[in-house]
This record gives sequence, C-alpha cells and structure tokens, in this order.
Amino acid sequence: MIYREAGQIKTTYRADMAIFPITQDRIGFMIIMAVAIVAIPTLASTYVLEAFMIPFLIWGLAAMSLNIMLGYAGQLSLGHGGFMAVGAYAAYNFATRIPDLNLIVCFLLAGLVTAAVGVFFGLPSLRIKGFYLAVATLAAQFIIEFVISSFPWFAGDNMMGAVDTPAIVLFGWQVDETVERYYFVLGFVVVLTLLCKNMVRSSIGRSWMAIRDMDVAAEVIGIRPLQTKLIAFGVSSFLAGIAGALYAFVYLKACDITSFDLFQSFNILFMVILGGLGSLMGSYLGAAFVMMLPIVLNLLTTTFLGGTGHSDFIANAEHMVYGGLIMFFLIVEPYGLARMWTTTKEKLRLWPFPH
Amino acid sequence: MDVVFFFEVLISGMLSGVMYSLVALGFVLIYKASGVFNFAQGAMVLLAALTFVRFLEMGLPIWLALSLTLLVMVVLAVLIEKLVLSHLVNQPLIILFMATIGLNFFLEGLAQGVWDSQVHGLDLGIEDVPLAAVEEVTGMFISVFDVVAAVIAGSLVLVLSIVFHKTKVGRALRAVSDDHQAAMSVGIPLDRLWAIVWAIAGVVALVAGALWGQRLGVQFSLSIIALKALPVLILGGFNSILGAIVAGLLIGSGEKLAEVFLGPYVGGGIEAFFPYVLAMLILFIRPEGLFGDKIIERV
Repeated sequence: MIYREAGQIKTTYRADMAIFPITQDRIGFMIIMAVAIVAIPTLASTYVLEAFMIPFLIWGLAAMSLNIMLGYAGQLSLGHGGFMAVGAYAAYNFATRIPDLNLIVCFLLAGLVTAAVGVFFGLPSLRIKGFYLAVATLAAQFIIEFVISSFPWFAGDNMMGAVDTPAIVLFGWQVDETVERYYFVLGFVVVLTLLCKNMVRSSIGRSWMAIRDMDVAAEVIGIRPLQTKLIAFGVSSFLAGIAGALYAFVYLKACDITSFDLFQSFNILFMVILGGLGSLMGSYLGAAFVMMLPIVLNLLTTTFLGGTGHSDFIANAEHMVYGGLIMFFLIVEPYGLARMWTTTKEKLRLWPFPH
Repeated sequence: MDVVFFFEVLISGMLSGVMYSLVALGFVLIYKASGVFNFAQGAMVLLAALTFVRFLEMGLPIWLALSLTLLVMVVLAVLIEKLVLSHLVNQPLIILFMATIGLNFFLEGLAQGVWDSQVHGLDLGIEDVPLAAVEEVTGMFISVFDVVAAVIAGSLVLVLSIVFHKTKVGRALRAVSDDHQAAMSVGIPLDRLWAIVWAIAGVVALVAGALWGQRLGVQFSLSIIALKALPVLILGGFNSILGAIVAGLLIGSGEKLAEVFLGPYVGGGIEAFFPYVLAMLILFIRPEGLFGDKIIERV
C-alpha cells in the first residue's frame, strides 16, 4: 500500500528514463544519502567510522567492480585483489613521483593503469570461458603479486615492500580527520556507483547482459563479443584500481602487497555471491554482510563459550560458515541478498491485500 | 655448462613435477566426470593428509589408518554429492565452480577444526635420500622418495586411464561430462556416478596428501599446493589424464631449470610464478592445452 507505483504516470521520456522511476524509491535513496552524509558522521563514533564504515565503502566499491564483470558480463575473475594492488601502487607512484598532481587525478590515472592491466589479462577471454578464464585471472593475481613484490621500484625503492602513502591533500584541504576521510571515500563511492548504475542501464550494460546470458545469440544480434568483454574487464578493473588506491591511501595509509593477496580476491567474490550477482546494491549488501560476519561470530562465541582464547576455533568456524553460506546461497538463492530485497519489495507492493 | 648438473636439475625437476601431477589428477578426474573444475581439491588433499596423520598419531597401524581415511573420504564424497552437487545439477557450470570454492573454504575449516592447525610430521617409511646406484654411475643426486612418488603416480595414471577408456563406468562418466541432461535422459545414474568419482578424487587426494605431507609436513600449506597444480592442468588440458602427467613433468623441470639458470639474473623467486606465466602463454596460444579435447566454445 505504501510502496506502489499506481498513479505515477510518466509523461515525458526523461521521466521514463529516470534512475528511480518510482517516487518511493527516490525518497528511499534520499534517505540513504541523508543517513550516509549527515547521520552516520554525526552519530557514529570515530571507531565505527574507522573500523567499519570506511572499509565497508571501499569493499563495497571493490565488490561492485567484480559484480560488473561477473554479475553483468558473466566473466569470472579471481584476480581482483591483484587489480586492487595495481591501483594502490599506481596511485602511490603517481602521487610520490609527480607531487604537484591533484590526488583525484592520481586516483583516476591509477584506475586507468589498472584498467590497462585488466584488459591485458582479459585478452584470453576471447578464446576461453568459464573456469579457464578463472584460472587465467588467478594467474594474473600471482603474477601481479610477484612483480610488485620483487621489483622495489614500485614501492619507491623501499626494500621492505610496504610503504607509507603520502598525506591526502585536496586543493589545500588536509584530509586527515576520520570524518574527513570518510567523506573522501563516500564522495568517490557515490559518484562511481551512480556512473555504474547508469552504465548498466545503457546500451553497454545491456550488451554485457546479452553476452552473459547467451554469447552466440548476442553475437547474432550484432554485439561484438571481444569489445564488450574487454570493456567489461576495463571498467571493472578501473573500479577495482580506485578501490585499491582508496584502501591503501585512506584505510591502511600504506601500500602493502600482502593486504591484496588471493584471500582478498576470494573475499570480494564472496561479497558478490552473497550480495547478489547482477545487482549493484547487492555488492554493498554483500560487503556489509561479509564484514559483519566475523563480528557476529565473535560475539556468539564469547557469549556461548565465554571468555577469549578461541581464536583458532573462530578462524576455523569462520571458514566453515563462509563456505557453507556460499554453497547455501548458490543452491537456494543464487541472486543473493539483493534478490531477497526485490522479493520484499514485491510483497510490499501488494501489502496488506496480497490477493 | 656442467652437463651432469643440468641433467640433475632436469630430472629432479621432472620428479617434483610428478608431485604436481598427482594433485592435478584429482582435478582432471572430477572435470572429466562432471565438467566442473573442482576448486576444493586442495582442501581435500589437506583433509585427507590431516586425517591420515592424526589416525597414525593415535597409534593405529598404517593399514588401519589408511583404510579409515579412505572410508572418511568416501563418506565425504557421498555427503558432498547428496548435500551440494545434487541440488546444482543443470545449473551453469560457473555456479558449480563457485560452489566448489565455497566447499574449499568449508573443508579447510572442517579439517583444521576437527583436527588442528599444527604442523604434523608424516613418515611413510620411504627415505628421502639420494639413490646410491644412480649416484655411483653418473654422479647425480636423485632422491629415492621422488622415484617412488613417480612410480606411484605412473601406476595411478595407468589404472585411471584404463578405468576411463575401457570400462562402462568410464564411458558413463565421459557422457556426463558432455551433457548432464542428455546423460540422465539415457539412464545414466548421475548421482551415483558423481559420488563414485568424488570418492576416487578423494583417494587421489589422499595419495597426493600423504606424499606431499612427508615432504613438507602435514599443514595448511598443503591446500595451497593445489594452486600450483593449476598451470599443470592448463598445460596438459583439463580433461586429459595423460596430459596431467606430461605437463607435470614439463612444468616441474621447467620451473627448476628457470630457477637455476635464469633465477640469478632476475633476483630469484622465479620458481613461484614461472608456471603461471607459462600457463598464461598457453592460454593465449593453445587454450585446450597439449592433450585436451578441442571442445572449447569459441565466441
């Protein structure tokens, strides 16, 4: 009753093409933005912002980048951790080697570098599909990790491999308070998410989905598979690169190759599967879910088993819960949390008279 | 260049490549039988080795520990089939693949949760010393353990090839791999076959786990070894048992030679990523691998 589109007649093409065609959705979006911009920074403690909100936004961005590739274009990547590393180190090198460059430009350039790397590793996707491609991207992960850790040039000739990133300064504004850094990340995330939302609604997004659903049919109706797949690789790794740069500059405040290992690639994949394949919002839901899970598990074990000292047990239980959830979701709800949200919306439209 | 040294590196590389082949075999088996790349093979190796070593540590004789572990792997295979795979029949293969990634995490947690995450020494009674006869004649150091591992791998390959190409079960498995639905419609019992092949893969995992376990100690890193088997798979072709063994030899010798003769020029550590570069090249040039069937869908 509350949530329905009855009476909302579209009279112009603009209205028909709006991102949120239903008024309730628009209001909902504004509420979310208000919460993100006003409520969270004022109400949440510095600790919550630092330890939860900032990584949540960054991982959500990373998950969205993989979702574009896997959920929309149907190309599996196990190398997104590596792509994030490329973005982080590229941003570091741009920022330290060209100190006068605006940091936003640095980040965008880093994204472009990552996109180039991603397109290179995407080239085999012309000839191979499915898990062959998964193995190719896995190779990308290892090769990137190896190259970055064995050539100290990437880390400013620092033999340790881990380096502190320069301070974030935008037009003379020193971004160092936690709240400021939160806004910095939020700005990137909102702009990029809106861009992506528009991209997946446009012809390019539709051609991705066509390739995903049936590549032969897509080719028959005039979609070029090579170009489409490579654009997906490019866009996806561009976003992954920016997420990596944000992760290094804003969250870790250091570039460290060990924080972009294979496990992170899997983590991103899990966020996408749990959140929902082919849903941008699902990426953020998945990121929140994956980040909450260890906290909840920790709480449960301390309440039911009491005390600490179960770190081994928790680590193993976490593995099992992760793996179990992945299988469960793939069997029961392959479209993840986002699909549950859609189902709720459908129910809400008819509520309270479902018949 | 010292010829003896070259051959020593070559042969020891080939023999250690056989160890990769053993892990790769498990992948190939499941791929041949279901068209799915089983990412959880590494976790199965870990689980098998850990179960085996913990049974031994309880003081059981080796034959009893071995048969109990085999039993565990078979039960596990049946459970996996019943609880996970049977619900995913006819789903896109990529979904099945992601499910095996989930399975991988689950089994890793299970293995270390039920047993523990310590490093366990495993002694199979095969000594890791140079073969005396070879050393006298040629002056090369070739480990007895490597040779035994190679013989075991060779006989496994022989047996499995016969099973796949000469028996009814093997034919049915190949049919399933081509098309789940078509295979079921001609009356092939998909569920039973999958349970069988996962059980065989479990046995292969146990062999690989036991041999690797003696070499490195039974610990978490065993499940990482599976990732090193991936280039072997790509080179050999996903669905070729013979390919797994030949590619294992090539990768093993290739990486050792690269490490010894190229390593000094780029600062070492080349061994860890050389196979992947090779795999990438293969994917660009000949994606079906050396021995794989040419059925890759090209679009």
